[in-house]
Amino acid sequence: MEAGIHELTAGYALDALDSDERSAYEAHLAHCDHCQQELASFWTTTEALAVAASGPEPSLALRERIIADIRAEPLQNVVPFEPRRRRVAPVLGAVAAVAAVVALAVGLWGSNLSSELDETRAALARQQAAAQVLVDPAAQSVALQQGTGRLVVDADGQAVLVLDGLDPAPEGKTYEMWIVAGGDLSTASRAGLFPGRDGTEIVGLEATVTAGDVVAVTVEDAGGVDAPTTPPIVASNPV
Amino acid sequence: MSAKAKRLSPAVLALPAPENRFAMRKHQAHLSDEALVALVARGDEGALGELYDRVSRVAYGLALRILRDERHAEDAVQEAFLQVWRNAASFRAERAKASTWILTLVHRRAVDLVRREERRAVEPLTEDMELTQTTEGTEEAAWLRFERERVQSALKQLPDTQREALELAYYGGFSQSELAERLGVPLGTIKSRMFAGLARLREILDDSAQEGSWKPEFTS
Repeated sequence: MEAGIHELTAGYALDALDSDERSAYEAHLAHCDHCQQELASFWTTTEALAVAASGPEPSLALRERIIADIRAEPLQNVVPFEPRRRRVAPVLGAVAAVAAVVALAVGLWGSNLSSELDETRAALARQQAAAQVLVDPAAQSVALQQGTGRLVVDADGQAVLVLDGLDPAPEGKTYEMWIVAGGDLSTASRAGLFPGRDGTEIVGLEATVTAGDVVAVTVEDAGGVDAPTTPPIVASNPV
Repeated sequence: MSAKAKRLSPAVLALPAPENRFAMRKHQAHLSDEALVALVARGDEGALGELYDRVSRVAYGLALRILRDERHAEDAVQEAFLQVWRNAASFRAERAKASTWILTLVHRRAVDLVRREERRAVEPLTEDMELTQTTEGTEEAAWLRFERERVQSALKQLPDTQREALELAYYGGFSQSELAERLGVPLGTIKSRMFAGLARLREILDDSAQEGSWKPEFTS
């Protein structure tokens, strides 16, 4: 039976199982590492079959309908605020995660693949680490009291800033992140630098935060400074 | 000012931080698909739009191939993206790429629809499905054409019975038991053919991907 159900991985990847077998296979899949890996690998193959089917572009109206759809949705998909709790042992395969980063670096759709592949790869690895925090259901979103965006903090205090509408830092300057305890900016501890860019910035803090901390961003001389020298342009509510 | 302590009191920092979902079209081209899904999980509409822009062409082509009807194909893509919006938080990057995940949602939806509609595409993958004029010559069109040729040539290397099982299942939406009936062979044979065919196709595609690491170079 085990051998038989293993063989269903192909049918499942092709969406060709009948509904009773689909349910049986999904129940099996939940606790079979071998089938999970086989399925992930078969999905890469079926994705190639999908790409091979590409034809004309969809109408522009389809995009508008989809955006209208999601605007009409209640914001139920937003990960809810939850009380802090200890993280359950992560089930992540570190090797698979690394493989995913490499795969996505070369698997980007469309035309945004640049020749600066190494740089892109490193940037994507950082994005990937930050994305892990963003999708963690136990992570909480903290609103900003200044700036546009949000701070997302997971149960271990790893924090990610998601910032909109920040321009690249001026020539010779950098953005510097700070963790501010007790509301006193002069005692802020350094939490990393980022250059800023047009468009949404996702940046992970290099230090963890604890309850009551405020995360702030200032503009500083390139290379960063040990204590803030300018008023914050971004500040979160207390974590 | 570094020497001067500055307290971050709500009064000092109580500037408005409007979360206006419609305020601006964000530029998110630099984000990975996986990072975009993470933003979608936080309710970011712009990120969903960017994902759509990256995947919609393939998603729609796939749905159209299965459903053979523009209206139905658009419905399948629309419903799949609504699922992306609702379920982004359950996406796990270590299990699949984001594009793979989205395309499995589109495929599942299209297959569900085709089984309900009883409309089936049975012709093999043909080369007459031309990419449209507007994007002819773009990098995306070039890459899609390259991939299509690579997959078609890989499919041709399979034994006929395996290729038939894969094409009828993936592009035709036939279930294994429907295929057994249609082809007049035992269900167990269909399952074996499908597994052997997909495993062989994976092998051929892996080999051809290693031969020509073409894609990263064409933009330079």
